[in-house]
Amino acid sequence: MGYTLDFSVVWHAMPALLWGCVGTLALALAGMTLAMMIGVAGVAARDSKAAWMRALVIGFVEIVRNTPFLVQIFFLFFALPLIGLKLNPTATAIIALGVNGGAYAIEIIRGGVQSIHKGQVEAGYALGLHKGQVFRFIVLKPALRAIYPSLTGQFIMLTLTSSICSAVSAYELTSVAQRIESDTFRSFEVYFFVTFLYLAISWLLMLGFAVVSHRFFSYPTR
Amino acid sequence: MTPHFGLPEFGFLLRGLQWTMLLTLVAFVGGCTAGLAVALLRTCGHRGVEWITRIYIGLFQGTPLLLQLFVVYYGLALTGLKLDAFVAVAIGFTVNASAFLGEIWRGAIQAVPRGQTEAAMALGLHYSSRMRDIVLPQAIRISLPATIGYLVQLIKGTSLAAIVGFIELARAGQIVSNQTFQPLLVFGVVGAMYFILCWPLSWWGSRMEARLALASQR
Repeated sequence: MGYTLDFSVVWHAMPALLWGCVGTLALALAGMTLAMMIGVAGVAARDSKAAWMRALVIGFVEIVRNTPFLVQIFFLFFALPLIGLKLNPTATAIIALGVNGGAYAIEIIRGGVQSIHKGQVEAGYALGLHKGQVFRFIVLKPALRAIYPSLTGQFIMLTLTSSICSAVSAYELTSVAQRIESDTFRSFEVYFFVTFLYLAISWLLMLGFAVVSHRFFSYPTR
Repeated sequence: MTPHFGLPEFGFLLRGLQWTMLLTLVAFVGGCTAGLAVALLRTCGHRGVEWITRIYIGLFQGTPLLLQLFVVYYGLALTGLKLDAFVAVAIGFTVNASAFLGEIWRGAIQAVPRGQTEAAMALGLHYSSRMRDIVLPQAIRISLPATIGYLVQLIKGTSLAAIVGFIELARAGQIVSNQTFQPLLVFGVVGAMYFILCWPLSWWGSRMEARLALASQR
């Protein structure tokens, strides 16, 4: 017995780990971008006049939200080639994150749109604002302000979820960690340290989002 | 000769489903117990204790569940205890649940109007009676939708036990998929099984949320 912890392997692997962090952030950013596109399109379709379209969106949201991401990414990993998309693991991971995040984004954005009362828009026109101004100041900004906390929370969730993409060996922090682990057999040290790298990433994101929120979305005080 | 996806394979998936449910149950019961302690410490009024529990919760909310599992799994192995894979992952999910449920219930406890606590104090009730008879019964009602929401998260989260090698539903799906070369069918069935487990809970949770929102409007 007597295992001595040896964190020097982590130190030697530092450049690879930091690149893994960059990979994770890039993966999350790409996934979130796709998620937002799916979210906006989904909200439009969710309130469409065609009943089958509404049912499609509701079905999509319920299926994605009630099955594990791991199963979703495995399914897409095998399903995408069948529809002619032969992609590398990282691109597959982006699509999986986008599809998963998209279902949550639909709910969030929909809440934001519904939070704008129709009377607000009418009041804007009554005050003589033109169409662009009404959209920008009365619809867009308050809606963004309303959904900003959930949306940024969702982004951090998505960043943490991206660790599961290591299961299809996409390029990100956890798969880098797995490679270092299999080279050095220092499982605990590597994963312990990487956990704190993720913590640092989510803290930095939270901090950044708070700064943006303060700069752009605080109510005018004067 | 590769076997096709038939009854024996379906049975194997069902056994995986059983392990998923058992793992969820153990982690949820354990997490409820530990989570209650976390929630009470988080609202106890002592600055230092509240700060420590806040960091504890923050650690679990700011890191991926998969990495938490890795750390617990390999960390327990280092202690020299020969633990079953089930016990190791169950401990991992339990500590995760304790943090998330602790945070949910912290919010619920603080959402109970302050006047309730003050009235209980005025009546001379001591802390344990105040919590047990006045605050917690109301807090539980408030927290139910979020608690059910976390239960769904937990069911989905147990699929990550597959990555550390414990054979539950997702891992069983991987094995059958590798045997039969019918990944779409197999993962479709696996997904459907998770859905059947999670969807009624999600539906129940959102219905209760709507009813609570209505009740608070009055």
